Amino acid sequence: MAIELFRIDDRLIHGQVVVGWGQSMGLGFIALVDDEVAASEWEQELYRMGVPPEMDVYFKTVEDAAVALDDWFADERPGILLTGDIDTMLRLIELAPAVRSVNLGGIHYRAGRDLRLRYVYLTTDEEAALRLMQQRGVQVTAQDVPSARPVSLDDLLATETAK
Amino acid sequence: MSNAAPALVAGHGDYASGLVSAAAEIIGEVAAFVTMSNRNLGADEIERVMRELVSSRGVRVIFTDLPAGSCTIAARRVVRDHPDVILITGANLAALLHFASHEAGTAYEAAASAAERAKASVLVVGLPGGD
Repeated sequence: MAIELFRIDDRLIHGQVVVGWGQSMGLGFIALVDDEVAASEWEQELYRMGVPPEMDVYFKTVEDAAVALDDWFADERPGILLTGDIDTMLRLIELAPAVRSVNLGGIHYRAGRDLRLRYVYLTTDEEAALRLMQQRGVQVTAQDVPSARPVSLDDLLATETAK
Repeated sequence: MSNAAPALVAGHGDYASGLVSAAAEIIGEVAAFVTMSNRNLGADEIERVMRELVSSRGVRVIFTDLPAGSCTIAARRVVRDHPDVILITGANLAALLHFASHEAGTAYEAAASAAERAKASVLVVGLPGGD
C-alpha cells in the first residue's frame, strides 16, 4: 500500500507533515481530501507553496478521493492522505472500506472539545465518530510525530478529560 | 534605538521568542518585535491570533520559520487581506538583526534586504568529503 498514513490534522499540510513525517517516510505524495480546498485554486496554491517540488500534492473531494484510492494504493511512492477533521475521514471510510488505519495528528482546542492529549481535543460527537471507525475495523491511534509513542483510541478516551 | 516597522515573528515552539531573545542579546530590546507560537493551536486559532496581533500592533512585516509551516499558511491568508503587510518565511537571526537595524526606506525594502541577509548568512564550512 502506497498510502502509509491516513491522518486527521486540522492544520492539513504543515511542518509536521512535510518535514516530520515526510522526511522519515521518504514521502512522495500527499493526498489532501477536503471539499472546500478541492473547490478553490487559491487554497490549493497556498498549500502547494510549502511542499518540496519533488513531492506531488493531489487535492480531492471525499467522493473523488474514494475513486482515486486504488491509484494511490498502486503508487510505488510512499504517500500520506490528509483530512482536516474527523467527519471527513469518516465519510471517506464509509465510501472506501480499504482504509484500515487512521492517525490522529492534530485536532486542536475549540469550544465544546475536551482535552485528550496535548494535540487532541474532542467533542462527544467526535468521540462517537472515532468509536464508529473502530467498530468498522479501523485501527485508530494518536501520534503527532514519528518519534512519539502511538496512543490507542481506547487509551485516548480513557484519559481524564479537561476543558 | 531601532526605527524598525512593527514586525511579528511567528513559528513552531519557542522559535519566535528564542530569535527575539537572541536579537536582544546582540542589539538590545527591539520594541518593534511581537512574537507568537503555534504551539497547541489549530489552524483557525493560529490565524485568529495572527490577525489580532497584526491589527492591534500595526504589524507591517511577518517573519515565519518554515515555508510549509502552519504560521506561514496563516500569514499568507492574513497578507491576502492586508496587502500592505509583507511576509518573510525561512527567517533567521541574521534577518531579524538586519531588519531591526535598517535605518531608511520602506518596510518592504527593509524586509527584502533582511531576506537577502538571511540567505547570505547560511554557510557551509568544511572540506567536501572531509568526514
